[in-house]
Amino acid sequence: MHLNPTRRQVLQFLSACGVSLALPGMTPSAAARRRDERPKSLITLWMSGGMSQLETWDPHPGTKSGGAVKDIPTSHKDARISELLPQMAAQLHSCMLIRSLTSKEGDHERGAAFVKTGYRPEPTLKYPTLGAIAAHELPNAELEIPQYMTLAPDRIVPEGGYLGNQWDAFRVFQPGRGLSNLKSRVNPERQADRLQGLDVVSQQFAQRRQFGTKRTLHQNTLDRALQMMSSQQLKAFELETESLGVKAAYGDTSFGRGCLIARRLVEVGVRAIEVTLPGFDTHVSNHSGHVSQCKILDPAIAALIQELRERDLLDSTIVLCISEFGRTPSINPAAGRDHWPNWFSCLIAGGGFRENTVIGATPTDVFEGKKSDGKLVLPAEPVLVPELYATIMATMGIDFRKEILTPIGRPIRFADALPSASLLKEDVARKVIKS
Amino acid sequence: MSVAGRAGTSGVPLSKNIPAGSRTRMSKLLEFWEFHEMRAAVIIFALLIAALVLKVVQVAGRVEQLAGSPAVVTDDQQLGPAVARLNEQFRQQWQAENVQVGDTVADLTVLRRLSLAMFGTVPSLEDIRAFEHDEQPNRIDRWIVKMLQDSRFSDYFAERLARSLVGVEDGPFIVFRRDRMTAWLAAQLRKDVSWSQMTKELIAAEGLWTDRPAANFITVARMEDESLNVNKLAGRTVRTFLGQRIDCAQCHDHPFDPTWKQADFEGLAAFYCQASLSPGGVTDYETGKDQQEVVYKVVDPGAETGRVVPSAVPFHPEWLPADGGLRYRLAGWVTHKDNRRFERATANRVWGFMLGKPLHEPVDDLPHPVDGETDALDILGQEFRARGDRLSVLIRMIAMSDVFRLSSESSADNADTYTKQVQAWAVFPLVRLRPEQVIGSLFQAGHVRSIDQNSNPFVRVAKFGNENDFLNEYGDMGDEELLQQVGTIPQALLRMNGRFTAEQSKVDALSAPAQILNFSPDNAAVIDNCYLACLCRFPAVDERAYFLNLLESTTEAAAEKRKANPEPPAAGPKLKTTRTRAQVVEDLVWTLYNSPEFSWNH
Repeated sequence: MHLNPTRRQVLQFLSACGVSLALPGMTPSAAARRRDERPKSLITLWMSGGMSQLETWDPHPGTKSGGAVKDIPTSHKDARISELLPQMAAQLHSCMLIRSLTSKEGDHERGAAFVKTGYRPEPTLKYPTLGAIAAHELPNAELEIPQYMTLAPDRIVPEGGYLGNQWDAFRVFQPGRGLSNLKSRVNPERQADRLQGLDVVSQQFAQRRQFGTKRTLHQNTLDRALQMMSSQQLKAFELETESLGVKAAYGDTSFGRGCLIARRLVEVGVRAIEVTLPGFDTHVSNHSGHVSQCKILDPAIAALIQELRERDLLDSTIVLCISEFGRTPSINPAAGRDHWPNWFSCLIAGGGFRENTVIGATPTDVFEGKKSDGKLVLPAEPVLVPELYATIMATMGIDFRKEILTPIGRPIRFADALPSASLLKEDVARKVIKS
Repeated sequence: MSVAGRAGTSGVPLSKNIPAGSRTRMSKLLEFWEFHEMRAAVIIFALLIAALVLKVVQVAGRVEQLAGSPAVVTDDQQLGPAVARLNEQFRQQWQAENVQVGDTVADLTVLRRLSLAMFGTVPSLEDIRAFEHDEQPNRIDRWIVKMLQDSRFSDYFAERLARSLVGVEDGPFIVFRRDRMTAWLAAQLRKDVSWSQMTKELIAAEGLWTDRPAANFITVARMEDESLNVNKLAGRTVRTFLGQRIDCAQCHDHPFDPTWKQADFEGLAAFYCQASLSPGGVTDYETGKDQQEVVYKVVDPGAETGRVVPSAVPFHPEWLPADGGLRYRLAGWVTHKDNRRFERATANRVWGFMLGKPLHEPVDDLPHPVDGETDALDILGQEFRARGDRLSVLIRMIAMSDVFRLSSESSADNADTYTKQVQAWAVFPLVRLRPEQVIGSLFQAGHVRSIDQNSNPFVRVAKFGNENDFLNEYGDMGDEELLQQVGTIPQALLRMNGRFTAEQSKVDALSAPAQILNFSPDNAAVIDNCYLACLCRFPAVDERAYFLNLLESTTEAAAEKRKANPEPPAAGPKLKTTRTRAQVVEDLVWTLYNSPEFSWNH
């Protein structure tokens, strides 16, 4: 037995007994530090499969491209969005709608890689996602749980890329249904004994390997995992304390629960959260596919934005609803729409971005997006994904120009573009964009 | 089948003396019995057939086992002089850089390294015991030869090669069959086919992706419009077979390496322009439907039409075969006997497979070979070429080298000195096990016998299922498999609390922990065997003492002491007696699974 236990041993023992030394994140004092004092968080709502702009944010009813969807008025005086998003129509005044995002990647994997990182994928280097950069650059020392989470993820996991796999998003497969592998399978006393034995074996290995073992970060990772297991901050994943009304507002779906947990994670201080809603790859029956997915999306995103505003968290939280690409203006013989990266839409709320604003416009009746001479038509006021991400980084306080020496020896900037002042509120733009 | 049964089913009373109600009950009972008797017979028969089929499959698939008689290294397999040249190369480097060289490790550590590199698992307790009992000379070299003949090697190495050839993604629907390609690679490795020959087949493959598995190297590049992505194929060809990166020259001259021009990339891509996909598989068409020659065209930004780019290689065009299709000629150039890039790239990748870290990083970004200069890759490459371009030669040379036997321990007293040692390969690098090595080792350590083609089919199926589930949760490294990474929190949680660790450390009927507990002669042997099964070494004195104390403080030990000495003990230190022996062994195995030593190659 060790008569003089080390700090780590004490922590291990306490964590084995379910005791946490860190202060819980959800306290009145944490709430008091919101707005300017609080670093910003990012919630990405990932519409996996390629959400159709025409059935959601950019409907063109009555045109050749429009399909069966109708549009409805919104709280923005001019903008009309799809009838499938009635709750968001009432919230649009507090959001910025970009209808002119452009990409050149029409494959799911490549498209997702581009839109999640701001860099076109290449075979020799993996880029970090925007969330990974945020977690890397704005660490929250009070956090006992990972800085970057993905809720209900699909196949394409948000990765740390060249920053290292320790910046990969922590995956929560079933939001609101418990977390995997966070409970020890033995009682606290036995767990404490196991950890003591582990110290004996680890110390033996570290003899004459002190520099090597330090670099492996094995012990560091283990300690953080143990700390997480006993953290009070895990309560952010427990929805029992939320009222039935709140839960109902988000919707009893994996995505709805994910959005509610995302709000709770922001309150704890998690830097970046991604919530995935799959099912948008509607090559067949596009309209009905979007009807069913919008029923899930609409209440969840509307409740999220409303709650963040009510809790005074919207200024310090960016909500970005985006997809890997849009869908074709034409409707195929299977009543579906295919991949369309040439223009698509995203919605942003909070974090200093302009409100009650619609940016860009797409042609009202251009079949296949091509003029008669075969040239591709671009949307008005096109917004590039790297430009959008440089703007998000700037408003979060991340140096978007920062270069990181990648494992292949190439220095790479966080963002391959400059931020756009036109996307931000004037006072925010003056503050964060200096040149 | 009984007569009574038949009578019962026909409804005829069995005896007049039996009351009507009882007769009915009896009839139903007999009916029930007959039905279940028949069903039981059918089930037993089906089980016998299933058992027979399984046994036939098992016997048919039986291969030579590692734990059998030691292999013989024939005279023509002797690599002594070449290994000596390689060792001398490193010795001179260490001397020139004035670095302290690590100690040589015990043979058991070498066996663990070999097993991880060649089988993807730690060695089984069965193999370890056979290795220990092998007292013939050249034990390591003979075991390497033996391991090369084991199907675990060909299967595992094939999977690793496939990553560099086609990545890990599912690839295009229907026209890409990764499993076929991996099986083909494994078959080639079993036959020790020349890597040049395999490379030629991959680059120039024609036919169906199922019938000609090498064609999957081409079909994986199919795009949504059904055409082949020649840029992807050109970049992959240079990276995989020549160990260099010219991908960025697709759009502009290489920014850091003036050797690579955009024209070089385009010229190489043009070699793939005549390949196309049809229901008949991969075919080359020299002329199109319009009877015009199929040429490669590049459309520059802003240009209305494409410009024709002829196929061309960036250096030594004289290595191109005079005849044959474009891909055939490219394959001949890539593998040409004077193309040092080919052998250096191969040696660097195999070095990475064996040590977890390539000699030059990244594995596919080698510097250009310099005329008149010879480094370790050249020494390996020359022997590889001299012996028929076989990967087995590289594997044996690397495994026999001094570097492979160096300890990962360092006498360095500061981080910089240690870094210098690592960079000069003066100590064995600490490398995180690949995800499939972690689950492979976990599963192997949970069984006393080797899990291979001869194993019980149920064990093999369980291993396959476990591996897939584990990799889904643990995460795969994809084709960046030789990139050095650290572990993550979800991985640590999975190792500590996941079902895989719990299942493999459980003391139940057939598990290694149970067999170790039940058949080891004493407590010290229990600890030794657990250490051997999990870490492939014996415990240090302190470790043995620590766990021995736990094993001697179990409820069973306390009961025995009470039985031997019914008097209550005098005042003194009171030992914990709340654990059973099984629990202590489970905790020990859990501890070893979660130790850094288990998760890192050292």
